[in-house]
Amino acid sequence: MVAISSQRKWATGYLIAVAALFITYQFLFPWDGLPMGIYDTLQLWLPPTSVNEALVYVICALGLNIVVGYAGLLDLGYVAFWAIGGYCAGWFMSEFFHMINIHFYGSVAKAAPGIHVNFWGVLLIGGLVCAFFGVLIGAPTLRLKSDYLAIVTLGFGEIIPQIFYNGDDIGGFNLSNGTKGITILDPIPAGIKNIGPFDFGYKFIVFVFLAFVMIFISLRLRKGRLGRAWLAIREDELAASMMGVPLMQTKLAAYAVGAFAGGLGGVAFATHVDGVYAERFNFSISIFLLAMVVLGGMGNVWGVILGALLLSWINSTGLPAFGQTFNSRFETEINFPSFTFLLFGLVLILMMLYKREGLIPESRLRLILHEGDPEEDLSPKESK
Amino acid sequence: MSALLEVKNLKVGYGKIVAVKDISITVNQGEIVTLIGSNGAGKSTTLRTISGLLKPKSGEILFEGNRIDGKEGHEVVKLGICQSPEGRRIFPRMTVSENLDLGAFLRSDKDAVAADRERVLDLFPRLRERISQRAGTMSGGEQQMLAVSRALMGAPKLLMLDEPSMGLAPVLVDMIFETITKIREQGITILLIEQNAAAALDVADRAYVLESGTIKMSGKASDLAKDPAVTKAYLGG
Repeated sequence: MVAISSQRKWATGYLIAVAALFITYQFLFPWDGLPMGIYDTLQLWLPPTSVNEALVYVICALGLNIVVGYAGLLDLGYVAFWAIGGYCAGWFMSEFFHMINIHFYGSVAKAAPGIHVNFWGVLLIGGLVCAFFGVLIGAPTLRLKSDYLAIVTLGFGEIIPQIFYNGDDIGGFNLSNGTKGITILDPIPAGIKNIGPFDFGYKFIVFVFLAFVMIFISLRLRKGRLGRAWLAIREDELAASMMGVPLMQTKLAAYAVGAFAGGLGGVAFATHVDGVYAERFNFSISIFLLAMVVLGGMGNVWGVILGALLLSWINSTGLPAFGQTFNSRFETEINFPSFTFLLFGLVLILMMLYKREGLIPESRLRLILHEGDPEEDLSPKESK
Repeated sequence: MSALLEVKNLKVGYGKIVAVKDISITVNQGEIVTLIGSNGAGKSTTLRTISGLLKPKSGEILFEGNRIDGKEGHEVVKLGICQSPEGRRIFPRMTVSENLDLGAFLRSDKDAVAADRERVLDLFPRLRERISQRAGTMSGGEQQMLAVSRALMGAPKLLMLDEPSMGLAPVLVDMIFETITKIREQGITILLIEQNAAAALDVADRAYVLESGTIKMSGKASDLAKDPAVTKAYLGG
């Protein structure tokens, strides 16, 4: 009962925040009516782009949480899925492939060259392509134990962005437009209105919807058979297989679902920045996402959301805004954003020292971390 | 009586070390068969190979007449071979109830699972008292009861018990062995691995004595219990 009521509490809290933000950005932000002070403060501390970016991180962090938090598989290359999802958006929602002309419920005029698939269709494509790559990379590597798996995923996360980075001339074929990236994506069709790159308020609702889908998937999976299998594997792989849990399939499922979410996040991110640029998909994003999951509370959906919102905001807005305020107040010229990773490193170290289970811990994880190694502390008491 | 499980000329090793050299055993429907022997005799290796966690170098394992050597662990469970592993390996941070649910992971017949759950909890009333407690916080004896119950939740045709008495107080050992007899009365065939040879021979129908990876003796449990070589080596007489 406790679990249900606390879940309600979180869900209600997030819903109120969503409604408040949407009203602010959609109706108050055409700033005329708003007093200057409030507008400036909002623009400095909580601009709509930072909120939207944070939501993209929420989508991806929830996906990574399924791999790391639920199934206990360390993935250091999650950015690869983000990149693949992003390029799916670039390929299927722009004029990039201008030599052909394919329209599938697209949101632009039929005469426009290139492939124009409906945004919602591209989400599905991006998710499925990523899930496919998730299984492809997972199948040969998931037999490895944790540290080795982490190394392979790390490599995967480096290779994929490099392919895109150098992919402007693959035997004469321009796959990714290299460093120039692919830009100007189709608007998001949403019934009566097409949501363009500057419709922050409506895009916010789209991202909230995607995040909601991920929350729903996460919570449902966790309660179901697959969720129990993941937890069993995280607890004791060998014992799980003795219960009849098929190890490979179950781990692959975690990888596929996690990758699918990465694809959704990638497509969302591409529409958020209205383009795909290879240099943006770097290793630090994988670490950043992992930090969100760890900081928020591995395995706990609400905690991971909080971690993602918090870290993304600090990164995109909080620290620069603080620096600007600090510098103008004290007339200094300290470059605060350059300390981002120092700050995150510090936060992670402090968390590991004092609150290893994360901000909103999952009950089981708290037990693991506070009771030490179960093999030594919990099991046979009479055998000693 | 028909053979439920047949192990023929099994050879298993870890790398170059051969733990099981040549073992052939048969477990008939409805029997309690025990493998006894000292540390390193190859008992646990044999059991792990039957349950699909290790692959044999040579030899055959037949269950209900079909080859099962080479199958994955979860496939073996699906066929109806469940085990209470050495060291119990319950899920310490899950509740007793969640542990039992996982035991029935492969089953979809909800009503039968619920009935089995009641049956198991009747067998071990102590677990009913602890049903929502975290399994890791229970005593060793209770954890052993849980490990056996969890295996029973898989509705096994063959239940394999690996050292169920290890590390338990004598009163609990007696209790566990009494329960093993009760389980057999419910029609489940049991393969029991024990270092506590006296107790094992007491409940078993037949027994195999293992020594350095081979079978040294076999026969009716009651006969072996009286055999001077066995009593000298394993029964402290």
